Amino acid sequence: MAEVPKKLTIPAEEHICSGHLACQGCGAVLAMRYALKALGPNTVYTVPACCWSVIDGPFPYTTLGVPLFHIAFEAAAASAAGLAAGLEMVGKEDVNVVAWAGDGGTADIGIQALSGAAERNDNIMYICYDNEAYMNTGVQRSSSTPWGAWTTTTPARHFKKRPKKNLVDIMVAHQIPYVATAAIAFPEDVLKKVNKAKQIKGTKYLQIFASCPPGWRMAPEYAVKSVRMAVNARVWPLLEVDNGVYTITRKPRKPLPVADYLRLQGRFSHLTEEQVEEIQQMVDHNWERLLFLEKSTHEMAGIPLEEKKKTKEPDK
Amino acid sequence: MTEKVEIRGARDMPPMAKSLGRMSWNKTGSWRNVTPVIDYDKCTSCMLCWKFCPDLAVTCADPPEIILEYCKGCGVCAEECPVDAIVMREGL
Repeated sequence: MAEVPKKLTIPAEEHICSGHLACQGCGAVLAMRYALKALGPNTVYTVPACCWSVIDGPFPYTTLGVPLFHIAFEAAAASAAGLAAGLEMVGKEDVNVVAWAGDGGTADIGIQALSGAAERNDNIMYICYDNEAYMNTGVQRSSSTPWGAWTTTTPARHFKKRPKKNLVDIMVAHQIPYVATAAIAFPEDVLKKVNKAKQIKGTKYLQIFASCPPGWRMAPEYAVKSVRMAVNARVWPLLEVDNGVYTITRKPRKPLPVADYLRLQGRFSHLTEEQVEEIQQMVDHNWERLLFLEKSTHEMAGIPLEEKKKTKEPDK
Repeated sequence: MTEKVEIRGARDMPPMAKSLGRMSWNKTGSWRNVTPVIDYDKCTSCMLCWKFCPDLAVTCADPPEIILEYCKGCGVCAEECPVDAIVMREGL
């Protein structure tokens, strides 16, 4: 084998192995891979029912190189809080305790445990990989499904008519030290945010946007491209909230039209042009709101707002 | 009469609670119906294929190689390659 190339932007060390049971082009695996690269081997995972409880493999085998605890759907944050407390009791305080749940296990079923842990400010990291529906059980609507999307429980004639639940603001309202969003198409950004979060004591919440080709009704090769388009079309803004101060970490200079992002996916194929325009307005409104929040929270905290450096890579 | 089992470490655990190893025995290459082929004349070793492979089926080496044992043929590498050095060929 030739030697490791020198110009890598993310560490070469892997903590997951090939042979896992994910579908072709799975975004959740990429999210786990990047998160573990940042967390390192000194980590304990607790995983409720979600895609990852299947991807990890049948019982005596495992895909991860770290201990993983399978737990009931609603108990991800509660079990993580317990693990953190237990590890503290035996004097192991340098272990990263991570609750790793899908968007259904975070926004719908697990939210009370998450809210409880966040209110107590337990020393855990909660990572939600958001693929915008219950993908593991066959694409059912979750409260994280966006407006206009098809799922098996919201068929095209009666598509979802409610917007996506804003979990970032729910977690910011708990006044926890660190909340961030990331996307699998920007691995360096994921690593930066997880690295930052693991230094902080208290509850950290990260939401990683991960594609699901079967659930989004698209070809598996668009798994990364679609997520990059979501960020560049401002559908999924990358931001971090540090003690209540919002910072948008990626501001696309020339945002893509939302229609380009929607066109790639079969789950939006039923939308008419007016409905696409409606989504565009929602996205623009949300972006304006975030810009306002960024400006006002920086002013209140007395932190000067840094001008974003021009990104080297062009917006695709 | 059952006796109390004292668990001090992994050695004292009953066999059911032990992991038998990692999932590497599962050769997912058989899932594939299209196969990525790298054109090494075009390849610039930018490692984007390695970075975005969900199956960890690209070696982190210069130049990268596809591990066909595990490649599920999703085509992310071919889509992400900035110089179009990877094409998806029909069949295993």
